[in-house]
Amino acid sequence: MSDDAVDPRRRRFLTGTTVVIGGIGAAFTAVPFLSSFQPSAKAKAIGAPVEVDISKLEPGQRVVQKWRGKPVWVVRRTPEMLENLKSFDASALRDPKSEKSEQPEYAKNDWRSDKPEYLVLVGICTHLGCSPSFIPEAGAPEVGATWKGGFFCPCHGSKFDLAGRVYAGVPAPSNMVVPPYRFLTDTKLIVGEDKGAAA
Amino acid sequence: MSNKLTALRDWVDDRFPLMTLWNDHLAKYYAPKNFNFWYYFGALSLVVFVIQILTGIWLVMNYKPDATLAFGSVEYIMRDVDWGWLIRYMHSTGASMFFVVIYLHMMRALLYGSYKQPRELVWILGMCLYLALMAEAFMGYLLPWGQMSFWGAQVIISLFGAIPVIGGTLAEWIRGDYVVSDITLNRFFSLHVIALPFAIAGLVFLHIIALHEVGSNNPDGVDIKKKKDADGKPLDGIPFHPYYTVKDLVGLTVFLMIFSAVVFFGPEMGGYFLEANNFIPANPMSTPQHIAPVWYFTPYYSILRANTINFLWIDAKVWGVVFMGLGVLSFFFLPWLDRSPVKSIRYRGVLYKGALSIFVVCFLILGYLGLLPPTEGRTLVAQICTVTYFLFFLLMPIYTKLDKTKPVPERVTM
Repeated sequence: MSDDAVDPRRRRFLTGTTVVIGGIGAAFTAVPFLSSFQPSAKAKAIGAPVEVDISKLEPGQRVVQKWRGKPVWVVRRTPEMLENLKSFDASALRDPKSEKSEQPEYAKNDWRSDKPEYLVLVGICTHLGCSPSFIPEAGAPEVGATWKGGFFCPCHGSKFDLAGRVYAGVPAPSNMVVPPYRFLTDTKLIVGEDKGAAA
Repeated sequence: MSNKLTALRDWVDDRFPLMTLWNDHLAKYYAPKNFNFWYYFGALSLVVFVIQILTGIWLVMNYKPDATLAFGSVEYIMRDVDWGWLIRYMHSTGASMFFVVIYLHMMRALLYGSYKQPRELVWILGMCLYLALMAEAFMGYLLPWGQMSFWGAQVIISLFGAIPVIGGTLAEWIRGDYVVSDITLNRFFSLHVIALPFAIAGLVFLHIIALHEVGSNNPDGVDIKKKKDADGKPLDGIPFHPYYTVKDLVGLTVFLMIFSAVVFFGPEMGGYFLEANNFIPANPMSTPQHIAPVWYFTPYYSILRANTINFLWIDAKVWGVVFMGLGVLSFFFLPWLDRSPVKSIRYRGVLYKGALSIFVVCFLILGYLGLLPPTEGRTLVAQICTVTYFLFFLLMPIYTKLDKTKPVPERVTM
């Protein structure tokens, strides 16, 4: 074939269209591969509400319950603990009024719970997902003399008070998450659904 | 006999560029004759890669990537499989030793300006290898399904969650679940044993091809191709084979002695190579009191933790992730940040020498702090070191330009 038989424009057009069509095909082919990384139907299904029995929970204690693979804490606060929550300066906490934090409406108050005595939290640090330690004693040596009791994240040093409110100047950006919950009886509560529908 | 072997070689050579490859990359690849101690670590990292592939293949024969079985299968390898403990300890020691040789290999580049023109691509491919190796190590660390495996993965995947808008979905997409779970373990296994080893092998190939195109740098930073003899061979070059193959064998022997000493006498290295908490099965309900990544990630981990201040309407959490990422990515820009007319530290002035020394000290302090639980004092030190770390890169165009360099000799010095 001699050179003058070649039509370079036609050749460029055919090359271009082949690349475009092939590229679109490749992009569509990528969809199932990328989508298969998403949580499967089975993973999504494991999200049912769980019941927590708090009849044996003494004041100052905490129980841990698994919900959606995460730890959920129920802490029964003593009157002193609740009193202590008021003693924080506004500047000591990053979000004292829980305006930028995640909680149901009935937990958006100074003690971040429905019944003040019982605190319900997703036990996951809002920084990078570690589970903070429960250190209720004020002035605990591992956290420091100014400690008023609360939760301390061992991973990156984030501190939360006994309402799950984050201290200022630590890596965590917001207060710990309060899951939807409601009391079935005085000694039993359900996590994962509240007065409305299941969350 | 040798005639028959030669005939076989020629038979192959007629059908495959055997002798061309041999000559181009070994027998007639001329490397500077003044390589010193620092030049062992490229070849050594290749050897460690082979050790990891081999031991990895054998480990997969008995390992089970299932959240309920994984921890037990590793203990099964350790106790019940003949020589399983040795293969597993070689693999776990290999992971740490890989980073030891890679960090020394990178240090060599910083000392002798090996990233500078015309070796920018060699450097960039090397940095890609470093990233791939970090991903490989991170995913491999989840597989024993111990407490540190679980919580380490939980923290690192949550880093992606800090990205505004898409972060939460992205973290879910990586995990395939709302928390690190069996699903995450399974996909990390797949990526650890198939995808990333392939990627690393491919990058190693490209790294070496790019290096052999431009030729190796040397401790003097002199271009040996400028002075050639009548045959066109560099006067200061010697064939890689047999000179450096034999020299590297000596280095390899010493390295394997150290490697074996670790494998046989201290595979846990006092908790630095294998962490104590990882001998406890993963428990999603409780984070261990003290968690720290394996030593090779701790400098970046310290940078992450050092960001505690909200700034410009952006959360401290996001800044931590941004600076951690930049801490690694900064290295990519070295070829363009360094404005010095000379390559080697031997002919640089006090400014670069000082800056590099401070940088190395900061990197080591950050690494040390990353192993310890955070306190207010330590966080402050980490913050100072983080700032210094980034100033090394940011100010590099200035201090390398101002630096008083010495004249570089025409030929290499021995």
